[in-house]
Amino acid sequence: MGQLSGPTDPSADARWEDHPPRKGFFTDTSICIGCKACEVACKEWNHNPQDGNLELLKSSYDNTGALGASTWRHVAFVEQGQERVVQARESGRALVSLGMPAIGPPAPAADQDLSEVDTTPPDTPDFRWLMSSDVCKHCTHAGCLDVCPTGALFRTEFGTVVVQDDVCNGCGTCVAGCPFGVIERRSDGTVAVAAQREEPHAQPPAVPNVGIAQKCTLCYDRLIADETPACAKACPTTSIKFGDHDHMVETARARVAELHAQGLTEARLYGANELDGVGGTGSVFLLLDEPEVYGLPPDPRVPTADLPRMYRRAGMAVAGMVAAAALAFLRGRA
Amino acid sequence: MTHSEFDSFRPTEPARRRRTDRRGAGRRRDGGDGSREMPMVPEAEFTSYYGRPVVKPAPWGDDVAAYLFLGGVAGGSALLGLGGQLTGRPTLRRNARVTALAAVSLGAVALVRDLGRPERFLHMLRTFKLTSPMSVGSWILSAFSAGAGVAAVAEIDRMSSARLPLGPLRPVLQAVEGPAGVEAALFAGPLAAYTAVLLGDTATPTWNAAREELPFVFVSSAALASAGLAMITTPVREAGPARKLAAFGVMGEMVAMRVMEHRMDPVEAEPLHQGRAGAMLRWSERLAAAGGLGTLLGGRNRAVAAASGLALLAASALTRFGVFEAGLSSAKDPRYTIEPQKNRLAARRAAGITGDSITTAG
Ligand code: SF4
Ligand code: SF4
Repeated sequence: MGQLSGPTDPSADARWEDHPPRKGFFTDTSICIGCKACEVACKEWNHNPQDGNLELLKSSYDNTGALGASTWRHVAFVEQGQERVVQARESGRALVSLGMPAIGPPAPAADQDLSEVDTTPPDTPDFRWLMSSDVCKHCTHAGCLDVCPTGALFRTEFGTVVVQDDVCNGCGTCVAGCPFGVIERRSDGTVAVAAQREEPHAQPPAVPNVGIAQKCTLCYDRLIADETPACAKACPTTSIKFGDHDHMVETARARVAELHAQGLTEARLYGANELDGVGGTGSVFLLLDEPEVYGLPPDPRVPTADLPRMYRRAGMAVAGMVAAAALAFLRGRA
Repeated sequence: MTHSEFDSFRPTEPARRRRTDRRGAGRRRDGGDGSREMPMVPEAEFTSYYGRPVVKPAPWGDDVAAYLFLGGVAGGSALLGLGGQLTGRPTLRRNARVTALAAVSLGAVALVRDLGRPERFLHMLRTFKLTSPMSVGSWILSAFSAGAGVAAVAEIDRMSSARLPLGPLRPVLQAVEGPAGVEAALFAGPLAAYTAVLLGDTATPTWNAAREELPFVFVSSAALASAGLAMITTPVREAGPARKLAAFGVMGEMVAMRVMEHRMDPVEAEPLHQGRAGAMLRWSERLAAAGGLGTLLGGRNRAVAAASGLALLAASALTRFGVFEAGLSSAKDPRYTIEPQKNRLAARRAAGITGDSITTAG
């Protein structure tokens, strides 16, 4: 049993020897255009069946709604009016003034002369779209992996978290264990479209892996072949960046500093802090508003961090139960 | 939110939940005359991604809730069986052993049925993982079933006047039945309590928030249910300890439940009082109280004892189903995830702890 919380190198913690550097994504939502190329590329590469009926949801230009068993990249669309934009800028500024920890290289502003730079915020638009491609966080301390009883979920040499399709028995514990609501048990009920025009839709190709837990593998198969994950490869704006985790965090920090220097204080990072409740995430995001606006939890905590204490409490309860039973019999005999 | 001429073609947006009600809803700040007053304190507003849940509920059906109940009954019964074995109460011993096996078998079937791939249920035992309460629980269940099975088969053999086709194994069975009863009792408490850890060790808001006291609620519920069952099956002469255990269980559950709700964040405790879950838990409390009173006042009357036992069983089942449902519904509403998390983050920041947020400025 490795570490349950706090900063660590997950691959080393999982006792990989000589492992490659930890891999991860940096999703820069400030340049996402919501084209969903990542969703499509992911589906194609991973043979994921259709989710839903391709209708737009009744809220936004979103037709998948959330990450799930068959949707491993999900592009969130948020429409906001001016009031909300102002609020986002304020909450971002509050974050800056908190003096959040700056781990890693200092912001590039350090050796620049900023006196010339115009830091008045750009005009606040009266309307904006937020688009963000969400994905499994590949947590340093992954709730899903910790609670999986079969060992189907495992930590790869790249520090990512992957389900082994042939081991999982679909117990569903991981679904409740994930603080981000990512992993899901695949149910059938999706109608697969025939691959060929001539094929009848009435006999759709079977949905693979029904009944077992499914989520982003960070394209484990491609990583082994030294390839970029399908989504990052397909992203036309480089909103999804892929690389060594350290490098991703560095890039993210540089980018947020750049946006702050332009007065866009609403920019903030999500998952780049290894002191947070999940030990930092493998997928780092740059967001332009509070995380919950994108459907992300504002203060996730891996449940297993409290497990030793829970076992102790359960032990006390067991002792109490045995004592009660003993008392019932002892007094009964007297 | 937008002001475009095409807006009328859009489907209506689901109303976003705002928590402005307490401060006089309808007070609009954007009068449109440019003299908009900036609020000094931003209003507490609950935002989410179009009302969609943040965490996912476990894909567990009523089978799992039933297992929570049956596992408790089995565990408590094994303890009563051992008590009967050690204090010379053969009827109590026999009945408790048989009900332990029946409950644990039904429970195991329910668990397997609930798997996405039931044919792979044995994968549960391909490894032992301390970080997974489900794995630990599977081993507890297996170990318990072994002992409970042997003890109960010995009883069944006796009941049928040695008609089971055991052949030369009969003496072996008779020799190990005592130790088997002890072994089952050893795993009885853990069997009743681990399910609380299983629920507590999730990101499901209400279960996770209940993690400190849930084990106490569950073992109490197990005690009162198994005692109630013994009061139904066993004549009052031998059921004295069961009556006492029932009383302890009722007291324990009432106290543990109250402490639990008191210590939980009020938002996270809300699902325990609302909807179906709330109704079940209210009825569970009433039935437990009635069953407990019946046991204390009229437990020496066979009919009253049986009725009380039935009330206790029902109370325990309702407790398990209620807690189970409350958790699932807390996962389906983003409010229960987001609000408590925002509050605890704000509380830490107010206390000067600013280094552990997942959101950072750089
Ligand atoms: S985000 Fe959820 S599914 Fe992904 S690694 Fe973390 S706990 Fe597991
Ligand atoms: S559903 Fe599969 S991956 Fe998830 S915890 Fe169960 S066995 Fe592990």
